[in-house]
Amino acid sequence: MSKLSNKFKDMTDTNLLLTITIVVFFLMYIGAIVFQGKGFLKPQTFFNILNANAALIILSCGMSTVMIAGGIDISVGGMTALVTMCCAVYLDPTRGGAVANMDPNSGSVAVSMLIAVLIGLAYGLVQGFLVAYLDIQPFIVSLAGMFFARGMTTIVNTNPFNVANEKFVALKETRIIVPGMGTVNKLGKYVDAYVEIGVVVALIVVIVMFCLLRWTKLGRSFYAVGGNKQSALMLGINVKHTKFMSHIICSLLAGIGGYVYFLHVGSGAVTHAQGAEMNAIASSIIGGTMLTGGVGNIIGTFFGVLSLSTIQNIVASAGLDQAWWTGITIAAMLCIFLVVQSVVMARKKSAVKK
Amino acid sequence: MINKIVKNQIFIPIAAMLFLLLFNLVTDPTFFKIAMGQNSAGNPVLSGPLITILNNGSELAILAIGMTLVTAASGGQDISVGAAIAIAGSTILRVLCGTNTRPDTLRTPIFVAFIIGCLVAMAFGAFNGVLVSIFKIQPMVATLILYTAGRSIAAWINNNELPIISDPRFGYYGGFIPGIPIPTPFFIAALCVVIIALVLKFTNLGLYTQAVGINESSSRLNGINPVFIKWLTFVILGACVAVAALIKVSRLSSINYSVIAKDIEMDAILAVALGGNALGGGKFNMAASIIGAFVIQTLTTTLFMHNVPSDALPAYKAIVVIALVVFSAPVFRDAVSKFMKNLKNGKKKEVANV
Repeated sequence: MSKLSNKFKDMTDTNLLLTITIVVFFLMYIGAIVFQGKGFLKPQTFFNILNANAALIILSCGMSTVMIAGGIDISVGGMTALVTMCCAVYLDPTRGGAVANMDPNSGSVAVSMLIAVLIGLAYGLVQGFLVAYLDIQPFIVSLAGMFFARGMTTIVNTNPFNVANEKFVALKETRIIVPGMGTVNKLGKYVDAYVEIGVVVALIVVIVMFCLLRWTKLGRSFYAVGGNKQSALMLGINVKHTKFMSHIICSLLAGIGGYVYFLHVGSGAVTHAQGAEMNAIASSIIGGTMLTGGVGNIIGTFFGVLSLSTIQNIVASAGLDQAWWTGITIAAMLCIFLVVQSVVMARKKSAVKK
Repeated sequence: MINKIVKNQIFIPIAAMLFLLLFNLVTDPTFFKIAMGQNSAGNPVLSGPLITILNNGSELAILAIGMTLVTAASGGQDISVGAAIAIAGSTILRVLCGTNTRPDTLRTPIFVAFIIGCLVAMAFGAFNGVLVSIFKIQPMVATLILYTAGRSIAAWINNNELPIISDPRFGYYGGFIPGIPIPTPFFIAALCVVIIALVLKFTNLGLYTQAVGINESSSRLNGINPVFIKWLTFVILGACVAVAALIKVSRLSSINYSVIAKDIEMDAILAVALGGNALGGGKFNMAASIIGAFVIQTLTTTLFMHNVPSDALPAYKAIVVIALVVFSAPVFRDAVSKFMKNLKNGKKKEVANV
C-alpha cells in the first residue's frame, strides 16, 4: 500500500490527470456495455462516436495547445460555423445566394480547403497578435472573435443549405473500411465497419500535435510559458512569440476542424457547432489540461473527447433524450473535473510549502 | 482643464454617447423624434428611438451594476448572465403558472414569484461564486459551466413548455403602467441605480471590492476576507439578473429559452469595458458603467435603424469591443505616448537643425 502511495506521489500532474481520464473513459464504456446492452459492444458504435466527433477532436487539440501555453480560445465554435458557411457558399454559389444560376460543380474542393485554412490563419494572426503583443486577456479577445465569427456567418449567408457540388459530395461520402471489425446484422449479412475521412485527419492531427508538444523546441516552450512566464523568460524563451504561435496553431486547427465538420454535415449554417468551444474546453479539461497552463497532454484530450461523447451516448440511450440533458451532463462533468483539478493544485501547493 | 476632463473615467462613455448621437443627427434626424401614441390597451405612451433606448437599455444597465462589481473583485467576467436570466425568468413563470401553461388567474402574487426567482438566481450566482472564490477557477471558465447548462436548466424547470400569462398586470413591469407614458423598466433601472448608489455610499462594499481586486493577499492582511467579498459580488450579480429576468419575461408575458437575453453577456461586458473599467479587476466607476450600458443600447438601436439584421449585430459589436480593448491596453498606450514623444522630439530636432 505504501509503495502504491509512493508511486502516486511520484507521478507528475500530467500523468496523474491523464490516468484519471483514461480510467474514467474505460469504466464508463464498460459500464455502458454491462448496463445498456450489446449496442456498445459493436465496434461500429465506437467508430460512430469517432465519426461524429472528428471535428471536435481537432478543435480540442488546438484548444489544449493554447491552454497549455496559458491562454484560452473560445472562438473555435464560431470559426467552425464561419468555415462551413464560407466553403459552402464557395462550392455552391447559387444556393448560397451569391451568384444566380451557376453550375454547382465549378468550385474546386482544394480551393475550399485552402479557404478553410486561410480563415484559420487570419484568425490566428489577429488573435495571437492581440493576445501576445498587446497583452490583452485572451478570453476577451476570443469572446469578441466568437461573436464576430457568428455575426460574419450571417452576413455571408443567413439560410442554411446543403452543398450539391458533386466532387465534394463524393469526398463526403467516402468511407474507409476498417478490416476485421465488421459485424453480422439481423439479416445475416456481413456489414463492414467504417470511418469517415475526417477521422483519419483527426488521428493524424492528434499524432502530429503529440509529437510537436513532446519533442520539439516550440512544444516544450509552450509548457514552459504556461507553467511560469517569468522563469520561461529567464530561460531565454521568447514568451510573446510562443504565445503568438499557440494561438496560430489553435486557430489553424480550428480552420481544419471546421472543414472536417463541413465534411461530416455537408452543409453551411449559422447554428453549426453551437457550443463547440465549450465542448472543446471541457474535453481538454477532462483530458487533464490545466486551465492555469503548463500541464496537459494531447492523448488525454483525445480521451477527453471520447469520454464526453460516450457519456452523451449513454444519456441518449438511457432514454433521457430531451435536448437539455446533454447540456446539463456536460456541464456537470466539466464541473467535477474542474474541482478535481483545483484540489490537485491545492495539494501540490501545500506539498511545495512543506 | 481640458486634460482633466479627458482624463476623467466618465469622459469615455459620455464621449462615445455624444459621438453616436452626433452620427445619428447627421445621418437620420428622425432618431430624435419622440411621439405620443397609444398602445394596444389604449394607454398613452411615448415612442421613438430615444425611448426605445431608455426602455431596452434598462436590463443592460441593471446587469452592468452587478458585472462591474464582479469584474472589480475577481478580475474576470461572468458570461452566464444570459443563461441565468433564462433560469430566473423560467422560475418566475413556473411559480406564477404552476403546471397549467395557460392560466386565467395567477397562482401567486407577482411579488412572491419575483422573490423566488431572485433566490434561485442568487443561488446560481452563489454557485459561480463558490467556484471562483473557493476553488480559484478563472471566473470566465467557471461561469462557462452555467453558460452551457443554463438554458437547458431553464427549459427543464418548465418541462420545455412555454407558459403564456394573460393577466395584463404582469405586463406592467416590461411595458407601461396605465397613465404613465414612460416605460416601467426605466423606473426599475433607476431604482436599482439609486439602491446601489446608496449601498456604495454608506457601506464599505465599494472599497472592499476594489481592495480585493487590486491585491488579494494584501487585502487579506488588512483584515478583509477576499473569498467572501468575491462570493458576495457574484450573489449581487444574481440579484441583478433576477430583476433583469422579471423585465424580460414581462415584456413577452412568456419565454423562449434559447432566445431570451441572447448575447446579453457580451453587451454587459462591453458596458463595463466602455465605462473605462479595467477588465483585469481593481478600481471601478459605477456611473461610467451604467452610462456605458446605455451607449451600447444606443449603438444597437442605431445599427437597427440602419437596417442591420439582428443576427449580424454581434459582428459589428465585436469590432467595437476589440477597438476598445486595444485602445485601453497599457502596451498600446505606452506605444502611442512614446510615438507622440518621438514626434515632439523629432520636431524640436528639426527646429534645431534649421
